[in-house]
Amino acid sequence: MADFLMPSLGADMEAGTVLQWLVKPGDAVKRGDIVAVIDTEKATIEVEIFQTGVIQKILVPEGEKVPVGTLLAVLAVDGEVAAAAPEAKPAVRAPIVPAPAAPTPPVAPPIVPQPAREVAAPHRARISPLAMRVAMELKVDLATVKGTGPEGAITKADVERAAKAPPTPAPAPRVAAPIEGPAPAAPPKPVVAPIDRSAAMRKVIAAAMARSKREIPHYYLGNHIDMSKAMGWLQAENLKRPVTERLLYSVLLLKAVALATHEIPEMNGFWIDGAFKPSEAVHVGVAISIRRGGLIAPAIHDVDKKSLGEIMLSLRDLVKRVRAGVLRSSEIADATITVTSLGDNGVESVFGVIYPPQVALVGFGKIVERPWASGAMVGARPVMMASLSGDHRASDGHRGALFLAAIERLLQEPEKL
Amino acid sequence: MTDDEIKALFLRELHRIAPEAELNQIDPAVDLREQIDLDSMDILNLAIAIHEATGVDIPEADYPQMTSLNGCVAYLHSRAG
Repeated sequence: MADFLMPSLGADMEAGTVLQWLVKPGDAVKRGDIVAVIDTEKATIEVEIFQTGVIQKILVPEGEKVPVGTLLAVLAVDGEVAAAAPEAKPAVRAPIVPAPAAPTPPVAPPIVPQPAREVAAPHRARISPLAMRVAMELKVDLATVKGTGPEGAITKADVERAAKAPPTPAPAPRVAAPIEGPAPAAPPKPVVAPIDRSAAMRKVIAAAMARSKREIPHYYLGNHIDMSKAMGWLQAENLKRPVTERLLYSVLLLKAVALATHEIPEMNGFWIDGAFKPSEAVHVGVAISIRRGGLIAPAIHDVDKKSLGEIMLSLRDLVKRVRAGVLRSSEIADATITVTSLGDNGVESVFGVIYPPQVALVGFGKIVERPWASGAMVGARPVMMASLSGDHRASDGHRGALFLAAIERLLQEPEKL
Repeated sequence: MTDDEIKALFLRELHRIAPEAELNQIDPAVDLREQIDLDSMDILNLAIAIHEATGVDIPEADYPQMTSLNGCVAYLHSRAG
């Protein structure tokens, strides 16, 4: 047996709400499958499972908010399956959105009653995670919303329309099904706990940043980088690329940071239990602002091993999902270093706050035309300020300086990135 | 493509890129970077979506011409004509 717990999706998360289960007892899952959609104060997260096996029991129903570490489901790992509840039919991969179809009656009566249908909601309409989130924000009971999307799916617009409509006569309360054993006395619970996300997000950012400043002795370094080679190369490269494959210069920055950690590994990893734990993998967290306020820094995995084109695809995909408010658990939890680039906002320098338990944050400002002396000549060059916020417990200013110097050097040879 | 078709396409993609924006309150003459805080990634995604729907190849240097609704319509006309 293996336990599937409410994951900690970052230092700032204390609890999460189970929005939706994408599996039901009896379903086979493999490592990396998305099994549930969890709402945190910051975003809607598609949670991946880390073990391969068969879902045995689901212990927390949809709509319930529980602390990090709470047992959400129990999984039978390989070899235990035979002992598990017998299945009426071979387990199939659950569709991403459970179909509203009625459960098929088992061919033979199961020997052990299946707890399956207790938690599964067979009558639920299709709904996107975004619409679900909006429903929570607007406090709309989804049972009252009529879907107009494909196959009757509830869309964000449907939810918003329902929110504006006058309140309908009290809908039949949806009784939370008992999880295990008889619990008929349980009072009807609201399907979802209303969350004001912007206020909640402010709170979690406040908690994480206060913790960072309380615990992490930051040191700060800054360095002006001549970007003429990088920008010249990028312009020529983009001329060759079709519009769908063009690169943004931030991709060069991400790759340079990732490669520089190979030279100065003290920048890449975590400070845990009083010691620095370097990370072999380089997962670069990218600070992405959320337009209604707040920010989130999900990771692009293995940036050091990806081509510029691959990083660009990952970045596009990530920004799209941040804007839509739906991220995956692995992206949220495992960045090993963070990059923040405020170039679009027009500031020339940024000295960031390290996201614990990481130990370094690299900041990039706007690229500006500046006089630049080189080889006894002064000319106008595109210049960018790169900064490092380092954790003095894990590294010193000298190593930090070498790290920034490595980033600068790598950006002078963009064709090698 | 007619103006209305271009506008519909533009707004549809904009909704995908900035789901929180109130599309019926967009001023078609004003740069969306100022209006609804689009960044370079959003503009690129818009260019990609319009390219995929119309087949018009949009050079990077032309992105600034299509950052408003009216600008995009005018730009696509100039490219098609």
